[in-house]
Amino acid sequence: MEKFLRLESVAVPFAKDNIDTDQILPARFLHLPRDADHGACLFRDLRTRPDGTEIEDFPLNRGPWRQGRIALGGQNFACGSSRENAVWAMHGHGFRAVIAPSFGDIFAQNGLKNGLLPVVLPAATVTMMIAQAEADPAGEVVVDLEAQTVTAADGSVHAFDIDPFARKCLLEGLDEMAVTLSYADEIAAFESRFGRENN
Amino acid sequence: MTAHDQFPRTTLDHVPRTMFDKIWDRHRVLEREDGQVLLYVDRHLVHDGCAPAFAMLRARGQKLRAPERVFASPDHYVPTDTRETAEIANPELRGMVEALDQAAAESGFRLFGLKDANQGIVHVVGPETGISQPGMIIVCGDSHTSTHGALGALAFGIGMTEVGHVLATQCLWQRKPATMRITVDGTLGFGVTAKDLILHIIATIGAAGATGHVIEYAGPAVRALTMEGRLTLCNMSIEAGARAGMVAPDDVTIDYLRGRDYAPRGEEWDRAVERWRALASDADARFDREVVIDGNAVAPTVTWGNSPQDAVPATGAVPDPAAAPNPERRAAMEEALAYMGLDAGQRMADIPVQRVFIGSCTNGRIEDFRAAAAVLRGRRVAEGVVAWAVPGSAPVKRRAEAEGLDRVFRDAGFDWREAGCAMCLGTNGEIVAPGVRVASTSNRNFRGRQGPGARTHLMSPAMAAAAAVTGRITDVRDLVQGDA
Ligand code: SF4
Repeated sequence: MEKFLRLESVAVPFAKDNIDTDQILPARFLHLPRDADHGACLFRDLRTRPDGTEIEDFPLNRGPWRQGRIALGGQNFACGSSRENAVWAMHGHGFRAVIAPSFGDIFAQNGLKNGLLPVVLPAATVTMMIAQAEADPAGEVVVDLEAQTVTAADGSVHAFDIDPFARKCLLEGLDEMAVTLSYADEIAAFESRFGRENN
Repeated sequence: MTAHDQFPRTTLDHVPRTMFDKIWDRHRVLEREDGQVLLYVDRHLVHDGCAPAFAMLRARGQKLRAPERVFASPDHYVPTDTRETAEIANPELRGMVEALDQAAAESGFRLFGLKDANQGIVHVVGPETGISQPGMIIVCGDSHTSTHGALGALAFGIGMTEVGHVLATQCLWQRKPATMRITVDGTLGFGVTAKDLILHIIATIGAAGATGHVIEYAGPAVRALTMEGRLTLCNMSIEAGARAGMVAPDDVTIDYLRGRDYAPRGEEWDRAVERWRALASDADARFDREVVIDGNAVAPTVTWGNSPQDAVPATGAVPDPAAAPNPERRAAMEEALAYMGLDAGQRMADIPVQRVFIGSCTNGRIEDFRAAAAVLRGRRVAEGVVAWAVPGSAPVKRRAEAEGLDRVFRDAGFDWREAGCAMCLGTNGEIVAPGVRVASTSNRNFRGRQGPGARTHLMSPAMAAAAAVTGRITDVRDLVQGDA
């Protein structure tokens, strides 16, 4: 996994609550292989018409937001389907962090494993940041994983929590599977104990 | 997260535990200082969307740690008009089904392939074969894994990287979620099913109402549900944001599992039953949140919008965005009404449907087809409506045919199809045209879920059957009077 350090970018607002992963990556792209261009499919049906033309007022089609690497979401961002392809699509498009008051649990987990940092901030803070982004689409936001802070476009600084191990994996580009495989003895010991007890 | 749950308690040192705690404690391989727990997985269910995980392992030269704990069936990409993989016209979709065959051949896990007698949607197959059992940790790269919690298991969906991780290690890192108990008092009325109950619950607590929580469903109305009803209930826990949903094992659970292919036998069965009965939450166990629902107040329920929380009684009307509690909600409702082609205040009973889909991991079990058939007997699908019945598994299909239900569906004008996810998600190409309105027994009414522009109304199988025969959303109680 690539390392996540400090990120400075305009922030793209997806302001609605309960945006589901079916919107982020529509089901008809689910069979694409991992290395396909998932970024091109991001929010496809909200972003383009069936004939391929852009829907002008969708955030990804507007000015500086086209290059955004930080997304702002509503409550329960990316709820629904567990499709990791939704994370691949956001990452493929260039996003490296999503700031929202709450996330679909599986999406947040998937994000951490793919270099897309889910940042939970209070709803009032996110609402304020969305208003700032709409007022000035070129306003830059900073996500600092080392310091665990978000600096909003107005310069205000907001601390966030993150699981220490997930943070370490992101900062060091660590691979979780390799870490777990290093516990093979513990797993084997558990299995022999567990096996005797049945299921 | 407290220190006391680090080790299973002895009776001398009684700390009351929930069913969730008991299962969690039992599967703890180790706990890191930061509170992350490595959990051991009993059953890993795999489907034909899991190709990227196998590719990941192959690229690393990594083998499966415990192939005997992995069970697979193709469901998302399979056609429901044939059982021939070769007949899947789209090579990319065919490739997904073939990739699963190949992974099974290489890795030696049990695959219920397209022609297998047990093939079906993994969340139907697991309980039905007895692969899913009480007390287990069950995972699958699919959010509706919550279904299996109905048996008293801790079952939850994971992402594709985690699928690869479980294949390689049979373990998963997790931080302990919070617990929520939803107690349903009273009795569900005539014509009211588990599907209506779960839609009512989600409408009550919201699509994010249980985020970060594992739900235990309890109370007399839950106890009174059949196993299949409980599977429907737990299936949609994820639509309330929950990690998992569960119901404590009881006689209903044990009677359901007895004699199933993968259920324990003989003395092993007796020991298992004893263990299962001990799983129920201790009487004095504490939950992080408690919700009480009045089961008597649940009506046949239908969705109008693009979130499962957008649900109202079939007797009700499309809500008015003007009455929304805040401008954001108002805007979201207006957008949903525009997408759905509905007007505020319109009676649900006046909404016409063009397609009907009875099936999915939510409502693709034998009782679902019986309930729909009871409505369809002696009736015909309305003019202009295309209606599909898609069994959740090959055994469901056989059973229904043995009971003559396929005839009832066919005589009514339904298409009686082969098992798979089908129109629930349409990854196999079975989608509807833009603007088409579907009465669907599946679990998600998201924009575009059943095809770009598709308009989905979620409801129970009996309600979907009623919609099929009248050509509009219909309170099934108006068609079938109280002979229950
Ligand atoms: S039936 Fe629908 S919800 Fe269930 S596993 Fe298949 S696609 Fe997913």
